[in-house]
Amino acid sequence: MSHPYDVIIGLEIHVQLQTESKMFSWCGTEFGLPPNTQTDPVSLGMPGTLPVMNRKAFDLALKTALALHAEIAPFTKWDRKNYYYPDLPKNYQISQYDLPFSLGGWLDIPERKDGGGGGRCGLTRVHLEEDTGKLTHAAGGFSEVDLNRAGIPLLEIVGEPDIRNAADARGCLEELRLTLRYLGVSDCEMQEGSLRCDANVNLHIHKDGQKIATPIVEIKNLNSFRAVEKALNYEVERQYAKWREDGLTIKDSPKTTRGWNDAEEVTKPQREKETAADYRYFPEPDLVPVVVDEAWKERVRASIGELPAARRKRFESDYELSPYDANVLVEQGSDVADYYDAVAKSTGEFKIASNWIQQDVLRTIKDKKQSIAEFPVSPEALADLINRVHRGELNTNQGREVLGRMIETGDSAEVVIEIGGYKMVSDRDDIATAVDAAIAANPQALEDLRKGKKKPEAVKGFLRGQVMKQTGGKANPAVVGELLEAKLAELLA
Amino acid sequence: MNNATAASLLAKLNAGEIRSEDLVRQYLDRAESLKRLNVFVHLDPERVLDQARAIDAKRRAGEPVGALAGVPVAIKDVLCVTNEPTTCGSRMLKSFRPPYDATVITKLKDAGAILFGKTNMDEFAMGSSTENSAYGPTLNPWDEERIPGGSSGGSAAAVAADLAPVSLGSDTGGSIRQPAAVCGIVGLKPTYGRVSRYGLIAFASSLDQIGPFAHDLADAALLLKVISGHDDRDATSVDQAVPDYTATLDKPPGSLRIGVAREFFGEGLDPEVEAAVREAIRIYEKAGAIIEEVSLPNSKYGVPAYYIVAPAECSSNLARYDGTIFGHRAEDWSPKYPGEENLHPLVRMMMASRSEGFGPEVKRRIMLGTFALSAGYADQYYNQALKVRRLIRNDFDEAFKKVDVILGPTSPSPAFKLGERTADPLAMYLSDIYTITANLAGIPGLSVPCGLTKSNLPIGLQLLAPAFAEENLLRTARVFERETDWHTRRPGLAG
Repeated sequence: MSHPYDVIIGLEIHVQLQTESKMFSWCGTEFGLPPNTQTDPVSLGMPGTLPVMNRKAFDLALKTALALHAEIAPFTKWDRKNYYYPDLPKNYQISQYDLPFSLGGWLDIPERKDGGGGGRCGLTRVHLEEDTGKLTHAAGGFSEVDLNRAGIPLLEIVGEPDIRNAADARGCLEELRLTLRYLGVSDCEMQEGSLRCDANVNLHIHKDGQKIATPIVEIKNLNSFRAVEKALNYEVERQYAKWREDGLTIKDSPKTTRGWNDAEEVTKPQREKETAADYRYFPEPDLVPVVVDEAWKERVRASIGELPAARRKRFESDYELSPYDANVLVEQGSDVADYYDAVAKSTGEFKIASNWIQQDVLRTIKDKKQSIAEFPVSPEALADLINRVHRGELNTNQGREVLGRMIETGDSAEVVIEIGGYKMVSDRDDIATAVDAAIAANPQALEDLRKGKKKPEAVKGFLRGQVMKQTGGKANPAVVGELLEAKLAELLA
Repeated sequence: MNNATAASLLAKLNAGEIRSEDLVRQYLDRAESLKRLNVFVHLDPERVLDQARAIDAKRRAGEPVGALAGVPVAIKDVLCVTNEPTTCGSRMLKSFRPPYDATVITKLKDAGAILFGKTNMDEFAMGSSTENSAYGPTLNPWDEERIPGGSSGGSAAAVAADLAPVSLGSDTGGSIRQPAAVCGIVGLKPTYGRVSRYGLIAFASSLDQIGPFAHDLADAALLLKVISGHDDRDATSVDQAVPDYTATLDKPPGSLRIGVAREFFGEGLDPEVEAAVREAIRIYEKAGAIIEEVSLPNSKYGVPAYYIVAPAECSSNLARYDGTIFGHRAEDWSPKYPGEENLHPLVRMMMASRSEGFGPEVKRRIMLGTFALSAGYADQYYNQALKVRRLIRNDFDEAFKKVDVILGPTSPSPAFKLGERTADPLAMYLSDIYTITANLAGIPGLSVPCGLTKSNLPIGLQLLAPAFAEENLLRTARVFERETDWHTRRPGLAG
């Protein structure tokens, strides 16, 4: 890509923390309940009610910030951000303004197969606030307010403008979501709004040795990874075309807001406020400041566990997996990675375990829309099956069939093998008889080998298949190969 | 019943000499005959009687009863009571019935107190005269042409007129102490954080505090004990043990070093008030106190700092009353002035609702606060005021290194006439000149009756103490109360 410009992208991400109760009250947080049933006097902002900080939410926020290498402020306070909006019951939002609980930090973007990615995205700050409610515009000019979401703990992660292309923006967001899921701090469902992304983008155009910056645009409503990538690519081209048309730069035009229209795949201008917003921030008098001491920080740090980047590395070094295989397993989430860890450890067959999980396990749970926790074959049971194949009790095809039965019945490999009569035939006389029969039944094959009309491996593969067919698939493939080679050598000599 | 204190009524109730039902009937009758004072904005005789009967039944059954069992307590209408009108003296909340109790209400209920009506107040507790109420002013029982102080004027008048033996008010800049002074009773503003604010409809969150009105210190101590204590629904409530204020009240203080703040005797102080306070100093000297002059050099900035901080917080606290979820919603929000047709109907609905729902003083303070917090001005006003607040606190810290309590007048003048200061907000704001600094510093303050003017108007003596020193504050005040009989004086009310 040789454009005459650099793309400058900064992400602003809102994450709903997974807590049992809201940020400042004891109200529940379950998703999908009928409107306004997940509320209490505090989250409705009723007169006389007071906010009380949810310490668990603060713990989760700390955990996230620590995992993102951010610096934790020893003293942090709450502020009120005042503005009128019907989805904001108090008409102010409790947020953090000048003393957020964390500053800085970074996230590494994993390398992609196409060689992209691999950069580091710096973070400006991470702060906590309460979510607002939801406004739906009903027919007849009415608007309906649902405050179920009002007061749910929201983490705002503000990235530095370090990202240089749409694919990296997507990569950064995907890695962030994976990290948050490993941390168990959020379910990060973009469709449910628990992970929301806005992107700031502009261009630095190179012209006559000068660098010209185009006006910054904030793109809202990005509710899928695909949308993030598409919207940014669209916006980059739009900004370049616009600049070529009107030559406006960052100095001529303030930041504007555009929304991503998923159906038309374009960004569209959003209604601008006529004047700059004045939020009249001031310290929230109903809450006391939070002092985070070393002990608290260490206790939270100890709960972080292994993060995706570290796990990919460990899978590559300990289990000698390719970066591709390691990533496939890790990006499925920590449950799948744990599953693999368990199977790999109890078989010692790292690559084979990875193949079985990628090919059989993941396909099954994807087809059935299950989570790995719901998958009926435990890591121990799968390891047992893999070991049996490895010991030669079953061949690979039999193994696949046995696993299929295990998934259906929930039985162990031992039981399925016993009932299903799966047993690999290794008797050399029986196999020799089958080899002879297969060659006799296919004289053309021998002919092809003699004349070299076809590749010998293809012909041999065909004959091996015929032998397996005759033995009902039970023949030990190693013995078949060995006896077939010997017989053919004898016949062709 | 006249002259009755909560303690004396409790003694009779516990001895079986009277029943709570009969007691509250007498109070209800008196409330009816003194309706002209406009003390109660809501009083439901049936609910009052039900509570009394329930307590009587409990007593009869020999069940344990609480510290205020069967005693009526009048409640400032700023405190939420489940399913009862809680209007904050405002048209905005005329139809508001909260689905929850304020923590102090829960505590009163647990103590067996009878919630005896909601008392009148300045709208959203903003004012010093109870003239800003949407329900009309309350009259001072000592002189019905005069104000009862504010904003807790209804609760002060309730006790002064013997409409309830004790009551609760709230104090943001003096709203308990000043009405107590001009109504001739005891009023106590506890340390910020001593009493939970949960369910207190906020005016200025960092200054508001709930406290008792009573005829004497024993009742104030009793009520304070009941309502104090940590509450996990109020993050600013402090987890500190609550002393038994009643038990220690009559123990003379271990040390009686009394500071007289130079700045409390300046220009604007009524000579009769000054004379009464000087006499109080003499009484303390006679009782063996060491009187020392102290200085609170920054107290002159108290009023300006307060009128930045309090409106700033109120502009935010009152933003929720926009007609969307609760509070008054205008019926007509069609454009009225040129340009309004360009506004979103939702914005016009909020504007019309707030415009109709709030009275002029509330609007004035919302405007002040919005301005003080706005970009470009916050540094000049709000942040300056926070610095002043810190300096005022430092002044008190310094002074309390030398003395145990600081003494002065509560209010610069006795009760003024209704309507006298309504056109002059600044004159009205100066009514709280001596009380405001305690709220800015978060320390406890107490007003006790210390005299009557020639025209028979009560005068209050203010005592201030370090944070959480309520016990010593009460004991020090008790030294004065024992030596005088001002607390036994009652207005000559024609019933």
